[in-house]
Amino acid sequence: MGFQFVLLWSDLLIWLLVAAALGAGWLIAGNPPMRAAWQRVGANRAGMASATVLMVFIAIGLLDSVHYRLKNESRAGQKATYAVEVLSVLDALVTPLRSRNEKTYSAPFATRLYAKENIDLPGQETVRDYPRLKYGGQHLGEREDDLLADVGITGFRAAILALLGWLGVFAVVGFFQRRREMFAGDVAVDRGKVLKITDDAGFAWSAVLATLALILLATVPLFWLSSQYHVFGTDKVGQDVLYQILKSVRTGLVIGLLTTLVTLPMAVLLGIVAGYFRGWVDDLIQYIYTVLNSIPGVLLIAAAVLMMQVVIDTHPQWFSTAAERADLRLLALCFILGMTSWTGLCRLLRGETLKLRELEYIQAAQAFGVSNWRIIVRHILPNLMHIIIIALVMDFSGLVLAEAVLSYVGIGVDPSMTSFGTMINNARLELGREPVVWWSLAAAFCTMFMLVLAANLFADAVRDAFDPRAR
Amino acid sequence: MLAYIIRRLLYAIPILIGVNLLTFALFFVVNTPDDMARMQLGVKRVTPEAIQKWKAERGYDKPLLVNSAAAGLSTVTETIFFEKSARMFAGDFGRAEDGRDIAREIASRMGPSLAIALPTFILGLLVSISFALLLAFFRATAFDFWGVVLCVAMMSISGLFYIIGGQYLISKLWRLVPISGFGEGLEAWRFLILPVLIGVVSGIGSSARWYRTIFLEEVGKDYVRTARAKGLPETVVFFRHILRNALIPILTGVVVVIPLLFMGSLLTESFFGIPGLGSYTIDAINAQDFAVVRSMVFIGSVLYIVGLILTDISYTVVDPRIRFE
Repeated sequence: MGFQFVLLWSDLLIWLLVAAALGAGWLIAGNPPMRAAWQRVGANRAGMASATVLMVFIAIGLLDSVHYRLKNESRAGQKATYAVEVLSVLDALVTPLRSRNEKTYSAPFATRLYAKENIDLPGQETVRDYPRLKYGGQHLGEREDDLLADVGITGFRAAILALLGWLGVFAVVGFFQRRREMFAGDVAVDRGKVLKITDDAGFAWSAVLATLALILLATVPLFWLSSQYHVFGTDKVGQDVLYQILKSVRTGLVIGLLTTLVTLPMAVLLGIVAGYFRGWVDDLIQYIYTVLNSIPGVLLIAAAVLMMQVVIDTHPQWFSTAAERADLRLLALCFILGMTSWTGLCRLLRGETLKLRELEYIQAAQAFGVSNWRIIVRHILPNLMHIIIIALVMDFSGLVLAEAVLSYVGIGVDPSMTSFGTMINNARLELGREPVVWWSLAAAFCTMFMLVLAANLFADAVRDAFDPRAR
Repeated sequence: MLAYIIRRLLYAIPILIGVNLLTFALFFVVNTPDDMARMQLGVKRVTPEAIQKWKAERGYDKPLLVNSAAAGLSTVTETIFFEKSARMFAGDFGRAEDGRDIAREIASRMGPSLAIALPTFILGLLVSISFALLLAFFRATAFDFWGVVLCVAMMSISGLFYIIGGQYLISKLWRLVPISGFGEGLEAWRFLILPVLIGVVSGIGSSARWYRTIFLEEVGKDYVRTARAKGLPETVVFFRHILRNALIPILTGVVVVIPLLFMGSLLTESFFGIPGLGSYTIDAINAQDFAVVRSMVFIGSVLYIVGLILTDISYTVVDPRIRFE
């Protein structure tokens, strides 16, 4: 089946960001102090465990950032048309989750709908009962009572498979570590302990492997079972909650990562320029950020989003699909969030630059007639890197949380786009139902908590490694 | 001191003008009153006459910046900028979409906002500082470690979940207090307990952690060593010396917030149905009532600037060495 590749703006930026990260990694490898700092991050067990979790989220986000449109069925000779729906690679991988929609709410691992309905039995009168789900637990047939046993056995099988996979990773890591130790030569290798993973190499392998084991033991059974059941239940229109969770991950990541793309250049450039040149430039830049700062963030965002909404509503011809419209709104939100959040970093950098420019080596460089921009790039910027990196990593979790609140308030992402905020927003009414529909809220809560907790712990590790005062 | 305060007040004027220009640009230049009219009228009822009528009713039918049709001073005053933006300096916010006077609405809604925000703020500060003091006192022990872990976990939970969870557990399941609403006079306390409690709990994580680092920074300083060398007991060192000196950085972060308490919290107020400024703003955002949002932006920035000035003044109160002359 043919398909048409769709490049959304946010996809482009995300992949550019990935490329930039790889490039930065290459630069860092050639810069001893930076490499040493990142090695300290690598040796931090909590930091590496959270980095492993973050990697899983990022992998989901990246899979969800390659979009395409399927070709419609057409007769020969006809001009090819493409489906309106924009899909991603993640959608393709979890097609059963996406397409197997029930009628309405069903609880996790349920075989029947959550509400009673009138069912017409052939040859008999109408009865009022919980109708059987179309997909959830369908393979059980009449043996609905065996549900628990079936879930247990399937889960157990999947867990064993996960364990085997993990042992494979463990063996590979152990093999390479042992070889490294043998080549290093200065460590007497204990031949009896073939598979002992040590942290001696300066990298917290044990933390990574332990986290990986937990992740595999949790996700492999989860996805295995999700092909037969709705593991997290379904929402009001019968869509699988697990699928929505997976889709929300990308939204959160895009907000967290792309916003920094807006923040970073402005904060760094303006902060350094204000601190280095002082005088009227400093006054002007200080004025700009004081003005932006003195408007409460949420209100400024609300005002800007309202404006953008008008622009989008009055120009429907700009977007060929709903996905493009939602995507543009997401980007605009990143831009607005970035505009409101660069001021803090800018102020920090300005203060630090003011301090740095009075140091002897910079005055010496000035006396030698080195140009101002060269001094900034060669001497000031490298000395500000730790502040920049710490600020970037620290901001991420805050942005993911902000997205949820903004979407709840109605000034976040497009209502058609799945995000943690829109999920919580929908779930709020469900708590008022009788009986309570709790699963989509619980699932959103747990996923978001894991993402933000991992980001916070990783940020702590980065700050400990980069902050010169902390050592 | 007085001269300093006056100078700070004068310095605030250009910033307020900047805020005003920025909001004006956001609300009137990026999209014109025509766009706004179309948005408010809805797709079906948009006709040129309807748009004209909508604009005339609300005073948006004038030129943006310069009215060339008018003579004398009215070239500047009979414009949207003067009538809608510049008049805010005089406390004239105009009318909302439903025809009510915004300034009166704001005045009547400040009370409920404060009734929630003030107790939350004070209790939150007390609880967070006490918890941070405990963590710093038992620094480098298991208690400290698990306390910080708890803080990180608590700050990783979205504020939405605190509210939803608290409401569900305490109001719906245990039926201890009403889920939402607001009462008059002394009756209000039953409605206040839950939002205040949730506000305090949701703030502990990040603020206690922040205060703890401030305390730890003070612990490492020379005067603390001197105090210990004198033979002072650790408790005296902590509460007499460290607590007092750590108050300055804590004040920096806290005093700015005090005037903003008037604005209330968007989330808390809309969840608990409290008729304060926060829920007013949310309603305005949802109804796309631009006049109200514009007024709230302006008031918010005024309060923030007041907070900045208060912060500077509070320095001199806490630390007599700092003098602005």
